[in-house]
Amino acid sequence: MTIGLFIPCYVDQFYPKAAIATLELLEKQGLQVVYPFNQTCCGQPMANSGFAHLTQGCNNLFMQNFKDVDYIVSPSGSCVLHIKDHLHAENAADEPVAHHIRKRIYELTEFLTDILKIENLKARFPYKVGMHQSCHGQRGLKISQMSELVAEPFSKPEKLLRMVEDLELIELSRKDECCGFGGTFCVTEEAISAKMGKDRVKDHLEHGAEFITGADMSCLMHLEGILRRQKSKVQVKHIAEILNSYA
Amino acid sequence: MPKTIAEHPALADKFNQDEERVNWHDQTLWWVRAKRDKAAHTLPEWEELRNLASQIKHNVLANLSEYLIQFEENALKNGIQVHWAADAQEHNAIVKSILQKQGVSQLVKSKSMLTEECHLNEYLQQEGIEVIDTDLGERIVQLAEEPPSHIVLPCIHKKKEEIGELFHLHLGTPAGNADPDFLTAAARLHLREKFLTRKIAITGVNFAIAETGEFVVCTNEGNADMGAHLAEVHIACMGIEKLIPLRRHLGVFLRLLTRSATGQPITTYSSHFKKPRPGQEMHIVLVDNGRSRQLGRKDFRNSLKCIRCGACMNTCPVYRRSGGHSYHNAIAGPIGSILAPNLNMKDYADLPFASTLCGSCTNVCPVKIDIHDQLYKWRQVLVQEGYAPAAKKAAMQGMAFTFSHPAFYRMAGKTGKWFMKTTPFVINNNLNPWFKQRDMPEPPKESFHDWYKKNRQQNGHA
Ligand code: SF4
Repeated sequence: MTIGLFIPCYVDQFYPKAAIATLELLEKQGLQVVYPFNQTCCGQPMANSGFAHLTQGCNNLFMQNFKDVDYIVSPSGSCVLHIKDHLHAENAADEPVAHHIRKRIYELTEFLTDILKIENLKARFPYKVGMHQSCHGQRGLKISQMSELVAEPFSKPEKLLRMVEDLELIELSRKDECCGFGGTFCVTEEAISAKMGKDRVKDHLEHGAEFITGADMSCLMHLEGILRRQKSKVQVKHIAEILNSYA
Repeated sequence: MPKTIAEHPALADKFNQDEERVNWHDQTLWWVRAKRDKAAHTLPEWEELRNLASQIKHNVLANLSEYLIQFEENALKNGIQVHWAADAQEHNAIVKSILQKQGVSQLVKSKSMLTEECHLNEYLQQEGIEVIDTDLGERIVQLAEEPPSHIVLPCIHKKKEEIGELFHLHLGTPAGNADPDFLTAAARLHLREKFLTRKIAITGVNFAIAETGEFVVCTNEGNADMGAHLAEVHIACMGIEKLIPLRRHLGVFLRLLTRSATGQPITTYSSHFKKPRPGQEMHIVLVDNGRSRQLGRKDFRNSLKCIRCGACMNTCPVYRRSGGHSYHNAIAGPIGSILAPNLNMKDYADLPFASTLCGSCTNVCPVKIDIHDQLYKWRQVLVQEGYAPAAKKAAMQGMAFTFSHPAFYRMAGKTGKWFMKTTPFVINNNLNPWFKQRDMPEPPKESFHDWYKKNRQQNGHA
C-alpha cells in the first residue's frame, strides 16, 4: 500500500512542522509514504472565490502527482473536501483517474481512525488542549458529529487525542462554531472574520486551554494570528504534531 | 425607506464598530439557536421530519402549476377572490385597487415578508395610504423607519432601551422606561385602537393548502387574527411557493416551523382561513416576483422550499456578527443571500460571498435546503456573469498560473516571501486586511518541500 502525502501550499510554506509530523505518524504505522515533488495547491482558494473555472491547471497537476498511489492523505480537512467534491478531469478519458483520487483522498485523522483503525498511540502531551473543529472537516467530511443534528455524538480527532497520555481535553461553550477563516473570506470580510476568530479564541481561553489544536492548519493559522496579536502565551499546534509528540 | 446599495463587508464593518453591541446581538441569537437545538432534540424523529418536509416541498416544486390551479379552484369555491401578480409592482397595484374600491386609506397589516419584499409599505405611503404594522417587532422597526433585520425577530438588532426611547417619542410613554412588559402593554393599547378603526387587514400566509383552498397564518401575538376578524376586508398575500398539497401535510410543517424558529413546540396561534365570514370580503394575492425564474435555475430551485423559520440566520456565525441590515435585502442571512441575486444579480452580487461556507445553515434548515452549496454555486455564476471586482480577478488569475506551474511556485514561494505578499489570501493589497487584527505567521527557515529533499531524498521519490 502506497500513501501519497499531500501537503497544501500554505502548510508547505508556513507550517513544515505539521507536515513533518504527518509524514512521521504515517511512517510509524509502517506505511510506504511518497511525497510527489510537483504538488502545489488544491485550487480551493480560487474555487471558493467563484473562480472554479480557473482551477483546471491545479486539477491536472494534482492528478499527475497522485494518480498512482493507493491513498492520498493530507493534514487539511478543507483541502481534502475540495478535492473530494470538485476535482475533475479535463476530458472523459481521464475521468477514472479523477474518480480514483476523489474516492481515495483522506484527511489525516479520518485515515487513522477509519482506514488504519488504530486503537493506541505512543504519544504524550501533558497540557490542557482545546480542539477546534474546522467546519469543512466536520460538516463536509463528517469527521465528527455536528451539534445541529439530532444524532449520536462522535469525533474522530477527539478519539485520537484521548489516546495521548496526560493530555487534558477541555470543553468549549460552543462546540463547533466556525472560526471565521473561510479562505479569501478572511480578507474580503475582514471585520467579521477577525471578530469570529477573536470569539473563538476567547472560548478556548475561558476554558483554560494551553494549546489549541485542530485538523486544519488554515483555521489554526487564523487563530494563531489573533493569539499573537493579543500577546497570548497560548499556542496552536496541528493535531499531527500532538499525536506525534512524546513530551 | 430607500434601499441601501452598499456592500456587505462595508456594512458589516460599520456594525462591528460597536463591539459590545455585536457581542449582545451574537449572544441573543445564539440563545435562540440553543433553544432550537433543545426543542429539536426532544423529537427522536427530527431528522425524519426534515426529510419528509423536504420531500413534500420537492413534490410541490415539481408540480407547482397544477397545485396552484387546484388551489385557485378550491379557494374560489370557498368564496375567496383570487388575484395573480407577476411581480412586486403588480402585487402592490392589486392591493391598492382593492383599497380604492373600498374608498379606504388606512389599514392594519400583520407580519408578511412578501410585502417587505415588494416594498408595499413605501408604495402605499407614497399613494397616501397609511399602513400600521401590528406585529410588535414590525411596529417597532416601522416607528424607527427601518426595515426589519430578521424575518422572525424583526427588531432583534434593537436594545430595549432604544425601544423605550422610540415609544416615548411616538406613543408618549414616560422617558427612560424600558421595561418590556410595560412597553408591550403600551403597544397593545396603541394597536387596539388601530384594530378597531381599520376596515381592511392584510396578513401574510405561512401555508396554503391546494386540496382545500384554505390558508394558514402563524403568529405568536394573535395580531393577524385580531386584524382579520375585525376587518371587513381581509387581503392575504403569499409567494406562490407557500403551497402544500394536502391538509394532512400541515402537521409536518407546523411541528418543524416554530421549533426551528424560536424553540417553541408550536406557534401560539396557527389560524386557518377557509372562507370569508358573512358580509366579509376575502382576497388572496398569489405573487411570483422571480420565483418562476428561480424554479428554472436547477441549482437554486431548492431555495423555494424555504418556510421562513429564520433558523439559518440564528445559527449563521456571520449573520450573528454582521446584523440583518448588512444584507441590504428584505430577507437577510444565508437564505436571503440565495434569494436576492435571483431578483437582481448586480445589486446583490456581494451576498453569496458573505459566508464562510461553514454549512451550519444547511444542517439546521427544517426543509433541508443545501444552503451553503448554493452559496458556492452562486459565486461561480456571479463571477462568470462578470460581477467580480477587477483586482480580485487579476489576483485569481495570478494564483491560477502560479499553482499550475510547480517550478514557478517553488521559486516564488522561497519560504513564504511570495505568500506573504499575495496571501492571505489572494487579494493584492498594500493595506493587507489580514494584518489589521491578526499577526502574520512567521515564515520558517525552510519549506516542507526543502526539508523533505534534504531528509528523505534517499527514498528517491521525486
Ligand atoms: S432556508 Fe431553511 S432554515 Fe433558513 S429560513 Fe428557510 S426554512 Fe428556515
